[in-house]
Formats: sequence, structure tokens, C-alpha cells
Amino acid sequence: MNKAKKLLYSQKVAPYVFVLPFMLSLIIFWAYPLVTGVVMSFQEVTFSGWEFIGTKNYVKLMSDKFFRVALLNSIEYMLLTLLLLIPIPMLLAVLMESRLTKAKGVWKVILYIPALTSVVISGMLFRLMFSEGDSSQMNQILQMLGQSSIAWLKSKGTAWVALLLLCMWRWTGVNMLYFVSGLKSIDNSIYESGDIDGANGWQKFWYLTFPLLKPTTVYVITISVYAGLSMFLESFMLWNGNSSPKNIGLTIVGYLYKRGIEKNDMGYACTVGVVLLVITMAINIAQLIATGTIKVGKHKGED
Amino acid sequence: MANNTPKQKTMASNHRVGTVLATGLFVIVCCLIAFPLLAGLTASFRPAREIFQNGMSLNLKVSEWSLDNYSYLFTMFINPHTSDTTAIADSQKYFMWYRNSLVLTCETVILTLLICYFIAYGLTMYKFKMRGLLFFMVIATMSVPFEILMLPLYQEVTTLGIINTNAGVILPGLCAASTIFFFQQYMTSLPKELLDAARVDGCTEYGISVKIMMPITKPAFASMAILCAMGSWNNMLWPMLVYRDTSKFTLQIGLNTLLTPYGNNYDLLIAGSMFGIIPILIIYLIFNRYLVDGMTSGAVKG
Repeated sequence: MNKAKKLLYSQKVAPYVFVLPFMLSLIIFWAYPLVTGVVMSFQEVTFSGWEFIGTKNYVKLMSDKFFRVALLNSIEYMLLTLLLLIPIPMLLAVLMESRLTKAKGVWKVILYIPALTSVVISGMLFRLMFSEGDSSQMNQILQMLGQSSIAWLKSKGTAWVALLLLCMWRWTGVNMLYFVSGLKSIDNSIYESGDIDGANGWQKFWYLTFPLLKPTTVYVITISVYAGLSMFLESFMLWNGNSSPKNIGLTIVGYLYKRGIEKNDMGYACTVGVVLLVITMAINIAQLIATGTIKVGKHKGED
Repeated sequence: MANNTPKQKTMASNHRVGTVLATGLFVIVCCLIAFPLLAGLTASFRPAREIFQNGMSLNLKVSEWSLDNYSYLFTMFINPHTSDTTAIADSQKYFMWYRNSLVLTCETVILTLLICYFIAYGLTMYKFKMRGLLFFMVIATMSVPFEILMLPLYQEVTTLGIINTNAGVILPGLCAASTIFFFQQYMTSLPKELLDAARVDGCTEYGISVKIMMPITKPAFASMAILCAMGSWNNMLWPMLVYRDTSKFTLQIGLNTLLTPYGNNYDLLIAGSMFGIIPILIIYLIFNRYLVDGMTSGAVKG
């Protein structure tokens, strides 16, 4: 064995060989685009090249009423999904893990199936269910209840019912499985001592299950916040393209896509991206400070 | 169990009522969950023109059901000598997208799993200087939404000349942080003594990672394979930017192009959508027990 080969096979060098792809990918496909994105947000990007324009993009963004609509829509969507997709899956998971429910396996399998369908397919299904004709399913249900048909996807209130139902349809099962696995990691003896103290079902949930589920809850909240803020395809599919009536379905990423890809205004689109980055970072840091849970988890993972 | 005292009797009947209520709730929830898919499935047997104009109806009109949409979809296979050339062209287009998606998914799953396994192996099995920093970066990359990197990445991929290729779709996501993280979590719990034993036997560092560790991490591979396959099969946003030719489109992008305001493709769209869920459904039903381990690794430990 020659020297170079020996070195390559040594325990000193081997770990670097193993992690080399990650380092390369980190630099080429993460750090570089991240930095380029920030740099581009200060440029006017045209076919002929880049031109530094300082903070002009940011100034323009501040008074951009479409961006304000997009920002508010994304935040509203995120908050509503948190409101719907944390308590309901949590309660379903508690019921699922209780001794009361029979045939658990069947329900778990069925509840997860929507997550297998792509946004294209599920978006199309919901679009057809909520289409404005008298014979679409949702309008037929309205008629059964003695109401007249409505154009579901044309005004914000009703369109968001469809949007949120689509989101709930796809993610309730997934979030429930997260909570189920969180529940499984709770030691049963805690409930036994709760029984001895005479706690009823509700007390056991509120004083034992809920606090012990905190790591799972924090995790689900984290992914829901990210998913909510960067939602785009759901609205893209529901309104068949990136244009909804009066921009009721416009989101931050939708606006980024519209500016960058459809209007080829990369510099301005990157400004939108940087704002999204700042928001997610702020949430990230706020969460680290508020809970400390993620931080603790990270250290555990390290050793 | 003997139910002799009145109190035990009421408890037992309470339990029975609770069972009925809880199980009943799941029956209802699962019916609601199944509804859109069943609606799509039944709609795929109905005339496409009508679906486009009126949406899906609660009135199933079973007597009017036909396999027309599916025979249109499978024209190429069922009757290649038909005179309807548009039907053949559409059918060919659909199965071209289908094949593209299958190829892309296989490539993505195999490459991502192997690369991420080795990265996680390096991060877990050795103590070296940059380990802490790199592990921190794994977490950091997870906390930046992809959509932020999307546009600069799109430009970069164009510059690198891999736009409109599978490499352009696969490479940026190859070292998937969540997959590395999962493998890392899984391997942390494995005994490291095995490594030393193998070293004594004269196995090289790389030999150990393949011959000793890989067989033990099989369950982790299964978990990640299904999640990765799902992600790749259903991926839409990034492939939509990378692919430019209709002939390169994946199934999801292709289906999306069928959604036109004129509705002349709804036969293909409805039947094709339903048929497009099948591969991932099969994988899910086979590997479903590994799936839960895979997706919840971050929730419990992280």
C-alpha cells in the first residue's frame, strides 16, 4: 500500500471522505444560493446583467400593496392552520391511543392516505368539489340544507373554507401520527400513579399528557409554522395557476414565484425571499428563547 | 373479570359507551377523509365533459358509468391500431410522464439514501474536528425553507448547465438534512464495538461502513425509502422550474398542464390522477409500518 492510499484509509481521513458530499452540497447548493439571494435583493437583475441599486427593492417592497396582501394571507393561513392542525390531531391521537378505540390500525392507515396524494391531485379534487355549478358536491350539500349555490372559490371567506379543508384533509393524519408517537414515548406508570391519586380522564389529559407531549407539540408547531408561511402550491392548484380573484390566495412564496418566474424580476423576487428568511429566522430564535426545547433536543442528538 | 358490584357494572357499561363513541368518531373521520378520493374515483367513470362543466356531483348516476376515460388513458396499450391519433398522442404523453416520474423517483431514492447514509455514518462513527459544526449545519439547513433558495438555485442550476435534466432536479436535494438526521439518530443507538472488532479483523474503514453497518441499518433504509419516494413522486415546485421540455415533465407537472381553462383534457386528467396515486399507494401499503418510525424520528428525539 503506498502512502497516499494508506492515509486515505486511515481513521483520521476517513470521516472527512464520508462527509465530503455534505460539505460540497452545503457550499454549492445551500450557502451559495443563500448568499446570492441576499446579494441579488440589492440588485436590478436583467438579461444584460446585475446593477447595484442599494435598498431600492426594499423601499419598493415596503409600499407594495400586493406584497402586503401576500404577507397577511400567509400569516393568516399559518395561524389558522395552527389553530386547526394542533388541537384536533392531538385529541384524535389521544383517543387513538386510548383503550376505547377498536381497529386502530385501519384508522391510522386511512388517515394517512391523503398525505400520499400530490398537491396537484388533491388540489384538483377540491377544486371540482367546490366548483360553482349547481351540481358540484358542496353546492348540492348547501341545497340540501336549503341554501342556494355559491361560487366558493370567488370570495375570500368561502374560498378559505376550501383551502383550509384541503390543508386539514392532507395533514390531520400526519400530525396525528406525530402525536401518537409522542404518546407512545410517555411511560404508562405515570398514568397509574394518576389513577391512584384519583384523577379523572380530563385531569389526566391536562396535567399529565399535555405537558409530557410538549416536545412533540413544539415540533409539530415548528413544522406547521414553516409549512404555513411557505404555502404556495395549495393555492396554486386550487385556483389553477398563480392568480386568484382579488388575490385572495396570494401568498409570500406565490408572490416570489410571480415576480421571479412569471415576470422575470429576480432581484425584486429575492427581496421577497429575504423578507421570508428574516421572518422564519425571527420565529426560530423566538422559539429557541421561549421554549429551549429545540436547543435541548439538538444537544441530545449530538452525543 | 367479574362484574358483581353495581359500581363495576356502571364502569363496564361506561367503557362500552366510550368504545362505541370513540370508534364511531374514527369511522366518521375516516369517511370524511375518504370522501374526496372516492368522489374522484367515481368521477373518473363519468363523462369528462360533464365533470369539467359541473364539477363532481353527489348524484353518482351509476347506470351511466363507463371505462371510457380509462380506455382513453390506456389507448396505447389496449388498442394501438385505433384511428384516433389524438388519443394515441395523449396516452403516449401520459405514460411518458409516468415513466419519467418512475425513473426520477428511483434515481432520487437510491442516490439520496446512499449518500445520506455515508454522511450520517461519518458524522456518527468518528470523532473529528468539524463534527460539531457539521451537525449544527445539518440542523441549520433544515430550518431554512427551500422556497427561499429556490430562485438563486434556479439561476445557479442554469449556469451549471444542468437545467432541464434529472441531475438538476436531484443534485440540490441530494444531501437531504432530514434524511441525514434520521440515519444519524438511528446509528447513534447502535453499538460501536462492532467497528473495532471489524478493524481487528482487517476490515477497512470503508469496508466496515458497507459490510458491517449497512446491513444493520436496513430498517432505517426502509423508513427513509418510503418518505423519499413519496417526496420525489409528488414533488412539483422544483421540477416545474427545472424541466422545460414536455417530454421531460414528471407526472405531476404533466397533470398540471392538463388543467386548462378549456377543459378538453379532463378525461385524461381524472383517470390519470387516480392512476397516478397507485405506485405510491402500493409502496405505502407495503412499507407502512416503517413509515411511522421514519417520520416521527424528529418529533420524539429532536
